[in-house]
Amino acid sequence: MTGVTQLLGRVSRAAAALFCVSLAGCAVLGRGFLSPAGPVAAATRHEFLFVCFAMLFVIGPVLLLTPLIAWHYRLSNTRSAYRPQWAFSWPLEGLIWIPPSLIVVGLAVFLWRDTQHLDPYKKLPGQPIEIQAVALDWKFLFIYPDQGVATVNQLVIPAGQPVHLSLTSATVMQSVLMPRLAGQIYAMPGMRTQLNIAVNAPGAFLGENVQFNGMGFQNQKFTVEALDKSDFAHWLAEARAQPNRLDAAAYLTLSHRSTVTRPLAFGAIDRGLFNRIVTLAQPSGHTLALQDLPTRPPADGNQRP
Amino acid sequence: MNDVVGWHALLGNLSWSALPFVRAWRDPSVSEIIGAGAGAVVVIGAAAVVALITYLRAWRMLWSEWFTSLDHKKIGIMYIVLAGVMLSRALIEAVLIRAQQAVAINAPGLVEPNHFAQLFTTHGTIMIFFMAMPFLTGLINYVMPLQIGARDMAFPYLNSVGLWLTVGGAGLMMASLVVGEFSTGGWSGYPPYTELSYSGGEGPDYWIWVVTLSSIGSTTVGINVACTLYKFRAPGMTWMRMPLFCWTSLCTAILMIFAMPPLTLATLLLAADRYAGMHFFTANLGGDMMNYVNLFWLFGHPEVYILILPAFGVYSEVISTFSAKELYGYTSLVIATAAIAVLSFTVWVHHFFTMGQSANLNAAFGIATMTIGVPTGVKIYDWIWTMFRGEVRFSAPMLLAIAFMMTFVFGGFSGIILATPPLDYMVHNTLFLVAHFHNMLIGGMLYGLIAGYMYWFPKAFGFRLNERWGRISVGCWVAGFYLAFMPLYVLGAAGLARRTQEIFDPAFRPYLLIALGGAFVLAAGLASLFVQLYVSVRDRAANRVPVGDPWDARGLEWSVSAPPPEWNFATIPQVGSRDAFYVRKRNGGAYKPADHYRDIELPKESACGVIIGLAAAACCFGLIWRIWWMAALFLAVTVVTIIARSFMRDVTKIIPAATVEAVDRQWLAHAEAARPVPRELEQLERNEGLAQWMA
Amino acid sequence: MDGVAGPQLRHAGLNLSDDPRELDEVESDVFGFWIFLMSDAVLFALLFAIYGTMLPATAGAPGPAREFKIGPAFIETMLLLTSSFTFGMASISLKRDPRPGRLVLWLGATLLLGLAFLAMEGHDFATMASDHATPDRSGFLSSFFVLVGMHGLHVTIGAIWTLVMLAQLAIFGRDRRVKVNLIRLSLFWHFLDIVWIAIFSVVYLQGLIH
Repeated sequence: MTGVTQLLGRVSRAAAALFCVSLAGCAVLGRGFLSPAGPVAAATRHEFLFVCFAMLFVIGPVLLLTPLIAWHYRLSNTRSAYRPQWAFSWPLEGLIWIPPSLIVVGLAVFLWRDTQHLDPYKKLPGQPIEIQAVALDWKFLFIYPDQGVATVNQLVIPAGQPVHLSLTSATVMQSVLMPRLAGQIYAMPGMRTQLNIAVNAPGAFLGENVQFNGMGFQNQKFTVEALDKSDFAHWLAEARAQPNRLDAAAYLTLSHRSTVTRPLAFGAIDRGLFNRIVTLAQPSGHTLALQDLPTRPPADGNQRP
Repeated sequence: MNDVVGWHALLGNLSWSALPFVRAWRDPSVSEIIGAGAGAVVVIGAAAVVALITYLRAWRMLWSEWFTSLDHKKIGIMYIVLAGVMLSRALIEAVLIRAQQAVAINAPGLVEPNHFAQLFTTHGTIMIFFMAMPFLTGLINYVMPLQIGARDMAFPYLNSVGLWLTVGGAGLMMASLVVGEFSTGGWSGYPPYTELSYSGGEGPDYWIWVVTLSSIGSTTVGINVACTLYKFRAPGMTWMRMPLFCWTSLCTAILMIFAMPPLTLATLLLAADRYAGMHFFTANLGGDMMNYVNLFWLFGHPEVYILILPAFGVYSEVISTFSAKELYGYTSLVIATAAIAVLSFTVWVHHFFTMGQSANLNAAFGIATMTIGVPTGVKIYDWIWTMFRGEVRFSAPMLLAIAFMMTFVFGGFSGIILATPPLDYMVHNTLFLVAHFHNMLIGGMLYGLIAGYMYWFPKAFGFRLNERWGRISVGCWVAGFYLAFMPLYVLGAAGLARRTQEIFDPAFRPYLLIALGGAFVLAAGLASLFVQLYVSVRDRAANRVPVGDPWDARGLEWSVSAPPPEWNFATIPQVGSRDAFYVRKRNGGAYKPADHYRDIELPKESACGVIIGLAAAACCFGLIWRIWWMAALFLAVTVVTIIARSFMRDVTKIIPAATVEAVDRQWLAHAEAARPVPRELEQLERNEGLAQWMA
Repeated sequence: MDGVAGPQLRHAGLNLSDDPRELDEVESDVFGFWIFLMSDAVLFALLFAIYGTMLPATAGAPGPAREFKIGPAFIETMLLLTSSFTFGMASISLKRDPRPGRLVLWLGATLLLGLAFLAMEGHDFATMASDHATPDRSGFLSSFFVLVGMHGLHVTIGAIWTLVMLAQLAIFGRDRRVKVNLIRLSLFWHFLDIVWIAIFSVVYLQGLIH
């Protein structure tokens, strides 16, 4: 049967392609959570490998049985049994319903445990540093309320110390992902979401918005710079020396739709800016005068970056 | 000033710059030229089709025998033709998307961000609403009434309305290439991005109205299919004797009835925000975008099963037929289908695990999602055991079914990963997710729909499709899928966001190039489907199967001639068992004349469906461009047509018993004269549609 | 097939001929409309859910306590309940009373009650608008106007449908399609009544309790 040889050819081709891709994939996977740089991503990778292992017992039999049975019971094989009326067997029914159910029950137990364990809202051990992230159109503003500084498109954190991020958006919905550190959480106007991350050792890591939000979406990346204690203190001093202040006027300029090519830093901030951004977009936001803090850019439709 | 106001009243927001040709003239960039080229293809294509029909003097025939027809078979075929046209467009867009990402590595690439965003939006919107939905609706429409021994759907006129609403929506979709721009908000159209403050212009309005037309059309389909299956089964066709495709059709129809209203509501409330300044999903004054997200996925997740279940039905038919064996575990399959349909309403939150809700909620929805894996896995094993102890013929539909089983489990694999909330946090919104749902939709749904098309084509047109080109096409669809989407799994796990117009990491390049190659192979798969159709039509004389049963198949649809007469069955069959026709063949009861023939009453052709569908689309066009007189006028046309139809009393025609008898006896004479063909030789010319009865 | 039940009992609201095929057709016609009503019920259920989540989203615009008036809402409820009763009488006339006058009379009464309801509702909306409580002020007002307005739109469609049925009764008398469509219309009208009861309880009564 030429069809069968064609089929086998296709299957082997596909398998070979898959194999090559996964081999070469090692390098590029270094950019994601499979090459973790912090405890959250490391735990996630562990869970990923566990789920993959468990799933082998589900997909393995199908991948083996389908071609084997189809080939063995091919029309041209006159030695195989043919029972056209055979259509039911209780033992087989048990075999196809019970083991998958057991695997799902087992996975469910682990899923429940790990979802609690890896809840992005769960504080990591240690004294966290608080950082507030405001998603703007096509950049991120990071406010360090305790340190009194702010940055744009650069998240500088001390290595080894947990970080607690409060997220909101002053524009449309966005999603903050730092692939090698921790999973993503949406940033939404009028709401405050949270994310706990930590980095093991100093280094620079990618952070990005992964929820499409317009024409500058592809440029909306930031760097997570993890510094050791002394470097962080040094950076903080440098940042505080910056002359510009993040006040309502500076924020207004920043909130316009634009991309930022180089990270910015503000040496001083207006207190409570983050909370005002959140409350303004809330249902009760009318208590603040709208002109105090424009959360919406002008209605400029498809403005290009 | 008055002049401006006058023009605005007449033409709304339409202006010269709405035309891509004008935009390309003013700004001749690659991106604009591609846009103008696409517009030109639509205009020239439409003109060519009109010219060809005129040249062939086929307008009268098309109008009286096809467009106005209420015959479920013709409506089904028209749905599938529509799906083919839209599949072509959306697949070309897919190639362009992959090409852009492959070349735009630290470079602007071919298309601008705005154009790229329109591409992924139209690609998704078309593939779901104007490719998948019409394709599966067409298959159900054609096959299901034949399988249950009915003469038509429960509501033939409603059937026509549903078709033409969908055609109207697809027409607007095509119009958006020539007039104005489409939405940039993705197929899911999340606000507040799609609100007026962030996306001005006509784009989101196009999206809102094409989706609304399609979703209303699908609601009518759901009602019609469910009612047909409940009330129009032939005597003796009990629930547990129905072919499995009917069961999956029923579950799909029930899902449509309950899952389409959330979508209709989501788009209408978004329209209320955009047109009347309301605050359902805005970022201020009390709007809550999460209401939209919940509404959308209350539709969106059942929609996944609306799409996949009919394909599961096709696989059940194909595997049983080409294994020459009764379906293994029929009851299990029915229970699994129903379980999937019910569970599909309990999992929608897994589309936004990352919203920041409590871990308990996420875990509950994650576990519910994994639970669906059990009935789905059961189905796969049932199909494997159907091949067991059978005699498997590797025809093109069967190859698709086997490729499906092996491809789909990878999708199940990644589905379990996505159902695990901590893993979802990592790969949500990345290309991993894109790879997963294409794995399900191509490897699951599309293989099934194409298999169904190839399997039932001889029934619908009376000749077989070319097998060689069929296999080439299958090879392309399978190889193309793996090449195009396996790299995306890797890229997604490496953190590459979906919908990215430019890429800043050169390490991604090789994967994107492989994926682009895969996209070309998939396009070759579609091209070879068209070649197959062309070759088969050319050689149709040699491949005729007028007796109607080329595959030695099992259901009632094979018990009539190919193509079947307009009335399907000369007499409504009596059903005594599952696989009714197969049993009848074995007992020597097939191909027998009726005791006596009766007059048959059939629905008469009606232009009302065409008028309603197209007028509704014209009304939507008026709404999109704020041409209020146009919207009001065509709304009135729609309403008046609906009312006028209710006053028509002469809506059926009678086929005299003599005609029925003559046609039936002519077919029986064919069957008498035909040489039975054994299964080994079914792909040869001597296959006249009469199977040799073995075992 | 069900000789005991008899054709008369199979469609209690209709006088149908004894042709079993016609009986089957009517059964599916009415059944299909029930399915449509289920779909429509989902639409209203979701609108109620949205309304529930939007209750606090007043954003400084007028809220329920200031805008809702129990008097008109109660009268509207009575109008619709009475119209359901008159439609019930119309259904009985359709079944029991071969004289055309009664049926037309009851249908006409239903239509008038429906129109009175719509007029009152329009007046309510106008009052709210004059108090600057318009749907573009807040999420709460948007959801209120769309929920109640969607019901109003359905009543409008029901009223047009009743007019059409009166015309068809005049032209065709009680042929099979007129009878089937009257049964469907009655289902639709009673369905709207039930939805209104939910609106009266969930929207008006609850709004005034707070």
